[in-house]
Amino acid sequence: MIALQARRSRRVERLALFGLRVAAGFVIVTMAALLLYLGFEGTKTFFADHVSLGTFLFSPAFGVDAGQPGSAVFVIGSLAVTLFAIAVGGPFGVAVGIFLAEIAPHRMTSVLKPAIELMVGIPSVVYGWLGLTLLVPLIRTHTSSPAGFGLAAAGIVLSIMILPTVITLSEDAFRSLPAALKEGSLALGATRWQTITRVLLPSASSGIAVALILGIARAIGETLAIQMVIGNATQIPASLFAPTATLTTEIVTDMPGAAQGSLLEHSLFSMALLLLLMAMVLIVLVRLALRRRT
Amino acid sequence: MTQAIRGGACVFLGIGGISVHRTSARAAVVLVAALAGASLAACSSQTQDTSSSGGGNASGTITVAGSTALLPLVKDASAAYQDAHKDVKISVSGGGSATGITQVAAKAIDIGDSDILAVGQSALVDHRVAVVGFAIVTNPSAGVKSLSRKQIQDVFAGKVANWKDVGGADQKVVPVNRPRSSGTRAVFIKTIMGTAVIAESGLVQDATGTVMSAIKQTPGAVSYVALSAITDGVTIVAVDGVAPTPETIASGKYPIWSYEHMYTYGEPKGDVAGFIDFVKNGKDRVQQNKFIAVSAMKVTETDR
Repeated sequence: MIALQARRSRRVERLALFGLRVAAGFVIVTMAALLLYLGFEGTKTFFADHVSLGTFLFSPAFGVDAGQPGSAVFVIGSLAVTLFAIAVGGPFGVAVGIFLAEIAPHRMTSVLKPAIELMVGIPSVVYGWLGLTLLVPLIRTHTSSPAGFGLAAAGIVLSIMILPTVITLSEDAFRSLPAALKEGSLALGATRWQTITRVLLPSASSGIAVALILGIARAIGETLAIQMVIGNATQIPASLFAPTATLTTEIVTDMPGAAQGSLLEHSLFSMALLLLLMAMVLIVLVRLALRRRT
Repeated sequence: MTQAIRGGACVFLGIGGISVHRTSARAAVVLVAALAGASLAACSSQTQDTSSSGGGNASGTITVAGSTALLPLVKDASAAYQDAHKDVKISVSGGGSATGITQVAAKAIDIGDSDILAVGQSALVDHRVAVVGFAIVTNPSAGVKSLSRKQIQDVFAGKVANWKDVGGADQKVVPVNRPRSSGTRAVFIKTIMGTAVIAESGLVQDATGTVMSAIKQTPGAVSYVALSAITDGVTIVAVDGVAPTPETIASGKYPIWSYEHMYTYGEPKGDVAGFIDFVKNGKDRVQQNKFIAVSAMKVTETDR
């Protein structure tokens, strides 16, 4: 009887382990396939079409017709909207995180938390649609921008979209601090504000760094919402209100019409590869920040 | 069904590497990556074998894909054709002109619809089934009713900043373009811009529908749109005093038009040929969908 049970539990164990391995293996295979495919397609621009890496990275003209596709405009566009989003949404998000972890009474947290979770659940097309119908006309009527589409519209939409990520992660960073830190500071006679700025904020800095980096990662990968409001012009923006384009918006704008095997298709793949590399750099940064904490 | 099993086997093959190299995670990843590459290659070559044989298909299902501009007409025609020929099933989808050409060249579909000529595809046979006209449309605030070809070139080249410079209202010019891979943009460049270059500072909207809403919403906006897609709320601008109508396009007086193409891989046979003729010869249907019948054209062009 016992032997039978033992045998059965061994079989269950083996099956479960096999299942877990299959799941883990599937993730690895998917990632490897993705990397290989993007690596293969994304380097055709250089090996099949003989575009130099320098031209692709630094040429400001996307001269596909002339055989010289430069992605500098899109890299600059991606960096500009991301910087805008993190400069506006970053401090705001961290502030809300502090508020939730240290100041807000329990009843308020119980309303705010689900609201923030809901923000994550709203599809990006809805953010883009709201940006297009509310923000773009607002910018058009209140600035010199004739169309309203542009960097500022995209940056504001993105700032809102990264808020949940930044808020949640920075709140966690504060909550994970040992209670003794806060109690000790207050016991020494520091005010609440002094405790937050001089004790808690420095102690939570690596956690906040992670929150900001993941906010940046979210911003740099966002596509649809930005494409709807940025104007998609292949130019380096001369002002905050000028239309421009990012790596993601350029891919989604030209992808449907790019003939298979054309230079345009190859350059779009190269841009996707570039985005993947940027994401990898951000992940490494997160790892470094986390290592510093432990 | 067999394909699904093959696919499963391909994935399984990839996973095999893990238990073998359990001790060295890195080696396993490398091995899995290599295996995944190999099995993917095997899988993709298998799927290619099963694709249909293209233009020669005489019975069963006809697959059509490509241009979204031509899509309404093709859908209309396919419903009528299937009513008349109960044994034929026609599957119609969009995807864009480039997709249509690529797919039919790969023999994945029977007919590839395109707004533009398939350049450098010698195996493809072109069937011109209709003519589509394009209009220059503006937001009504621009206050222009007619522009010369040179003025239109200057507007899109970014040389005209205000509509008052070309006889319109005191309103900033906001050009709205289609993406560089768009067929509509290609026709506009071929028939109006010539060697003049579209300014990169213009807005780009990736579909006819979003172009229309941007023009309605933005004071001073101007773009080029297929006649079949134009709705109320915009001003249609005459080119050199000629308004786009079926008559002016058929007589060649109005310049911005193009053929709608249906491409087959090799000469079409049976119902594929029958359906293409059916689309082309259904004059009333062509007109209802705001296209112009090829037979009504008094001029011909070889390069559009």
